[in-house]
Amino acid sequence: MSDATLSHSAEHAAEPHGHGHHHPFLQHHFEDMGQQHEASTLGMWFFVAQEILFFGGIFAAYFIYREMYPAAWAAGSKLQHWQIGAANTIVLIGSSLTMALAVWGAQQAKRMFTAWMLILTLVLGGIFVGVKGYEYAEHIHHGQFPGAMFAYTHADNPQLTRGIELFMTFYFTMTGLHALHMVIGAGLLLYFIKRTFRGDFGPEYYSPIEIMGLYWHFVDIVWIFLFPLLYLV
Amino acid sequence: MTSTTIDDAPFIEPSTRERRNYLNDEYGVLSWLLTKDHKRIALLYLFSVTTFFIVGGFIAFLMRLELLTPEGDMFTSDTYNKLFTLHGIVMIFFFLIPAIPAIIGNFILPIMLGAKDLAFPKLNLLSWYVYMIGGTFGVIVIITGGVDTGWTFYTPFSTQYSNTKVFATTLGAFITGFSSILTGLNFLVTIHRMRAPGLSWFRLPLFVWSIYATSVVIMLATPVLAITLVLLMVERVLQVGIFDPALGGDPVLYQHMFWFYSHPAVYIMILPGMAVISECVAAFTRKKIFGYKFVAFSSLAIAFLGFLVWAHHMFVAGMSVYSAMIFSFLTMLVAVPSAIKVFNWTATMFKASVSWQTPMLYVMGFIGLFTIGGVTGLFLGALGVDVHVHDSYFVVAHFHYIMVGGTIMAYMAGIHYWWPKITGRMYPEWWGRLSAMLVFVGFNLTFFPQFLVGYVGMPRRYHAYAPEFQVLNVLSTAGATVLAVGYLLPMIYLAWSVKFGRIAGANPWGAAGLEWATTSPPPKENFHETPVVTWDAYDYPAFLKAMKETQNV
Repeated sequence: MSDATLSHSAEHAAEPHGHGHHHPFLQHHFEDMGQQHEASTLGMWFFVAQEILFFGGIFAAYFIYREMYPAAWAAGSKLQHWQIGAANTIVLIGSSLTMALAVWGAQQAKRMFTAWMLILTLVLGGIFVGVKGYEYAEHIHHGQFPGAMFAYTHADNPQLTRGIELFMTFYFTMTGLHALHMVIGAGLLLYFIKRTFRGDFGPEYYSPIEIMGLYWHFVDIVWIFLFPLLYLV
Repeated sequence: MTSTTIDDAPFIEPSTRERRNYLNDEYGVLSWLLTKDHKRIALLYLFSVTTFFIVGGFIAFLMRLELLTPEGDMFTSDTYNKLFTLHGIVMIFFFLIPAIPAIIGNFILPIMLGAKDLAFPKLNLLSWYVYMIGGTFGVIVIITGGVDTGWTFYTPFSTQYSNTKVFATTLGAFITGFSSILTGLNFLVTIHRMRAPGLSWFRLPLFVWSIYATSVVIMLATPVLAITLVLLMVERVLQVGIFDPALGGDPVLYQHMFWFYSHPAVYIMILPGMAVISECVAAFTRKKIFGYKFVAFSSLAIAFLGFLVWAHHMFVAGMSVYSAMIFSFLTMLVAVPSAIKVFNWTATMFKASVSWQTPMLYVMGFIGLFTIGGVTGLFLGALGVDVHVHDSYFVVAHFHYIMVGGTIMAYMAGIHYWWPKITGRMYPEWWGRLSAMLVFVGFNLTFFPQFLVGYVGMPRRYHAYAPEFQVLNVLSTAGATVLAVGYLLPMIYLAWSVKFGRIAGANPWGAAGLEWATTSPPPKENFHETPVVTWDAYDYPAFLKAMKETQNV
């Protein structure tokens, strides 16, 4: 490590327009902070592309079964409380706003502002997952969890029951995977809150907060698709 | 022949071995297990991937022994089901997919780009650990009783009926998938953002173009497999009917989702092979690859078309004749970019003075066998023929010509070609040529009879068969024995050469490429000074001139 840093500095000194000093968070294999920032941002965009295909697969399966069992799908979405879902959507969009403000704060070197915005994002995300947990508990309580515990029968048309179980399987898998992404995001937020308080970020180095933001917005957008598909239509 | 003009250049003195390099920079087990150096991570992959290759090869050998006689006298049919399943899973997920990208790509790609490392070194190390966790699940499955679904995990058998370790196996495949996603992501960002000054896109070696195309396929296809396996695990645990027709699901949907990944996965396996072949052809003909841009773009075309042909694995699984016709047509299209590559490699060799070093022997093997594999792929892509030979040994022979005759041949070529760069030592040339010949003869003896026996109707995946197929099966088993010797020999003499091989020098082949401009083995940061590229790929005169002028790029 030290060898590499040394040779790196030597190179920089040789460059005509090399910077005189090194940012403490410049990794040894990058030429400058610009290259490092571009690499991390591009990396997160590729990761998001990968995530789109991941969720895309289950969305495709959802649509195919929706075509096969339209009545059961309609009945299934009636089991959801759209008011709770709508409120949760607003909470999540709010968290996206605070996340965006945190990125802005990091760029402007507003340390406390950034930290509090990240904390607010974490709190709103926590509310979202908590509400989700309440909804899960309600479904399980009413025997709507698919598999051995499934005890629900559609009152008007019992033939729909099998299709509704399939709908609930998709409901739990899709929202479950989404919630898992939220929990991973929350873990990352905790880590970045700690680093923000430590004063790691500023106008020259805010890429971690920015790519955290990209991830968080992506998870929000997934929910923007999940909400109407599972609660409304 | 290798000691030509370039060996006189002052930057490759034999004192190379005294210098600090990535191997002697640090010592101790932890310096390897916690390394962020792409070259050391490549070696970690080399050991673990080779181990899985030995396991998968041993299972294959057991199957060939069973098939010596028509009666199922060595294993029960249940055991045989587990053997071919494990052979497929180990070879595909734990050997073929990581082999060239994670070993050769990891080692060579950043050096080819003139970079100090991949863009995300920690992520690179993480991907090895993720691979090892997935591999551990594979090992646990093998020890605790195996799995019998076939490597495709077709539902509803895998979700409702199989009593074997389906969950642990799919979890292992799922985890390993993330390892290749992380590697692919790392490669893409590195190629975009870490190229040396002057190294524009059309100056990149064709290796990089092919690895780029591979990484795109890895990034866009693997997550679909991941979600498919998640659904499969959900169905198996909850006993709900996502893919079970008895409970309202659709098993054909599983096949569509599975092959949406697993057909592109064929290109994840073969494109890196083509990457190696382009480098070796240029090095051993000492010529620029004929039609550079065509070869570069054909990689991207294969990657793109690879996403449009998945349903040709399902012609008899229940789909409309019209969609089958469209998939059949699209399948034919893949032959175009593949043929462009084969023709351009041969055109490069035309009237060149080719030197027949071991890597070049493997390259010739690749070109011939890949062509046979590709053409029989067209037979199978043609709707009518496929209905006739599906699920027969014809299919088995076809994909082994691509996977073993193609990818493994290229892998062996690449390992021999870059061995001097990796270790600083030459492998013994005579033994190398011998093993290349053994692999070629053994391979053809193993798999060509399978085309014949499959065409006359021997079905795949049975441990017993009709007596009239025995002659061809005995030939096949005999070939497998020769092949095994051909694979074991390099493991021995390559290990020997690490200590006793001739000192290689920076550029033993006199090849043109940034990786040959640094010492062997390279220093930890790859180059003592960041190189500035002023030449096109494979432009030998310009490369050698630049070497002479700067004496160290």
